[in-house]
Amino acid sequence: MYSRYARRYARLVTMPTNAPSPTAERVGGTPTHALQDVTASDSTLRRFLHGLPGVDAVGLEARAASLGTRSIKTTAKAYAIDLAISMVDLTTLEGADTPGKVRALGAKAVHPDPTDRTTPATAAVCVYPDMVATAKAAVAGSSVKVASVATAFPAGRAPIAVKLADVREAIDAGADEIDMVIDRGAFLAGHYAKVYEEIVAVKETCGTSARLKVIFETGELSTYDNIRRASWLGMLAGADFIKTSTGKVAVNATPANTLLMLEAVRDFRAQTGVQVGVKPAGGIRTTKDAVKFLVLVNETVGEDWLDNHWFRFGASSLLNDLLMQRQKLATGRYSGPDYVTVD
Amino acid sequence: MSEKTEKTEPRLSVFKTYKLYVGGKFPRSESGRVYEVTTKTSAAGAAGKGNWLANAPLSSRKDARDAVVAARKAFGGWSGATAYNRGQILYRVAEMLEGRKAQFVHEVADAEGLSKSKAAVQVDAAIDRWVWYAGWTDKIAQVVGGGNPVAGPYFNLSSPEPTGVVTVLAPQESSFLGLVSVIAPVIATGNTAVVVASEKSPLPALSLGEVLATSDLPGGVVNILSGRTAEIATPLAAHQDVNAIDLAGADDVLAKELEIAAADNLKRVLRPQPVDNWSETPGIDRMTAFLETKTVWHPTGSLGASGSSY
Repeated sequence: MYSRYARRYARLVTMPTNAPSPTAERVGGTPTHALQDVTASDSTLRRFLHGLPGVDAVGLEARAASLGTRSIKTTAKAYAIDLAISMVDLTTLEGADTPGKVRALGAKAVHPDPTDRTTPATAAVCVYPDMVATAKAAVAGSSVKVASVATAFPAGRAPIAVKLADVREAIDAGADEIDMVIDRGAFLAGHYAKVYEEIVAVKETCGTSARLKVIFETGELSTYDNIRRASWLGMLAGADFIKTSTGKVAVNATPANTLLMLEAVRDFRAQTGVQVGVKPAGGIRTTKDAVKFLVLVNETVGEDWLDNHWFRFGASSLLNDLLMQRQKLATGRYSGPDYVTVD
Repeated sequence: MSEKTEKTEPRLSVFKTYKLYVGGKFPRSESGRVYEVTTKTSAAGAAGKGNWLANAPLSSRKDARDAVVAARKAFGGWSGATAYNRGQILYRVAEMLEGRKAQFVHEVADAEGLSKSKAAVQVDAAIDRWVWYAGWTDKIAQVVGGGNPVAGPYFNLSSPEPTGVVTVLAPQESSFLGLVSVIAPVIATGNTAVVVASEKSPLPALSLGEVLATSDLPGGVVNILSGRTAEIATPLAAHQDVNAIDLAGADDVLAKELEIAAADNLKRVLRPQPVDNWSETPGIDRMTAFLETKTVWHPTGSLGASGSSY
């Protein structure tokens, strides 16, 4: 019943979060889009972020839930599985990571299913900065990128100099992508400019050699309004990707908060012409979940984002389930965990 | 309200919704389908018609897949439990069955077209079967395992290990005693089971699920599906995460098909055994069919001057 209503009122529910249109022209400064003036000072930034429309939580969740009910079968499913595999950022972020484990992960990223070479490679491997060199060697000669978390991941509680050094080390070791965490403490305390400056500084450090993913840790932002503000803040500061979570807290990527971020990147592109990627991370374990996220992408931002340059899954166990489903489609019989790697 | 009207007032009948037993829960079939289960009386049985008893879930291959996932999840804990503990739990199942005997007598009588007294004999035998297998859990290792004599400074020990997830096609005719006689040996040795109940008379099996759920048996150790045997068994036989299959409830044609499907990942296959009378003492064959022998060489330690460390 309610899903019918959700569809009928979908346009209302997913109302574009159009920001107030820019009033002043400004020349110079890092961002070169229409919204650059809002970052002129702490107060303009605050006024802008708090001027974003509030999120209709019930509508958002209903919309995310109704999009999760789509039935994706046969050829569409095969396409979705291959697409999802190609979007996986295969992640290992454990204190116990060894070079051997990272090499094994790299090998798996390049050939996820060694018994079936038609399986696409994953998008990237995601490791701690000290493992970047090992990971880089493991994926050498393939399309797989090396992403590194940085800026005192996962808490982000370190002086800015330490964070930037962390980023520099990772880039020097050959990281193609940097996953930074925002300072949630500063964000929740309302120091938006501090968060903004940090992202800008990290972005500058990345330069052209690495794409920057900004992790908001949505589970710690506590409200949908905050997630919307953080999304816009990250995009204004020049993020190439906005990412839900670190995977280290109880609440990670959910369809609802990912939908919210997808709406933010859609509206941001409409206003500025700049396309920003989205990466839900943590808690996505099954093919079914992954396909639901792909439906969200397709229905919210469209095919422009259905590519691993613009959409990623931060996951580790998801890949095994995708591979088992892929084997099931190929052979017609259910596969089991004995036929994928243990990692 | 007077006593008289209370007596004459008809009571609304409470129909039971029979459900599957998967992972310790009682889901309906994922497909939402059901099929009609009828009584089997000798006359009606001959005509192919009986009285309607209940609608049982008509499981699909996805239910089978979910059951395998549940069974695999339960395997670590169940196979790792001590044999003594497994024996206690199996005995507990017998205790719970004893308390619900009347219900099972009723269901077996309807399912197999037996008189109440004959059905009671079947149920008693089934309860005794649980007790019998409960006793075997910590004794089978002594019978099929042991120390092997070897010419070297080693202990050489063979110990029986459970195979893993076992698909059990329950016998079609003996809806309860036969069912118990194929489930109990599988789980007594530490395997977990996905059971496909008798197609025509699944109700005693589905009720057994309720007993198992209240018997300290961890969820997922036994999973009971009802429906068309061939439909559920085919994906199970081909499933790469099922380690063995007991074909007791398959006819010759189906058994052959399933055996071919099962060859893909080298499943252990127990072919249909002709059983005339399920109440006979079964022997240990059904237990050993789903045991693997693990042999370990264990050094005795450094040898002293005498050639022995002792």
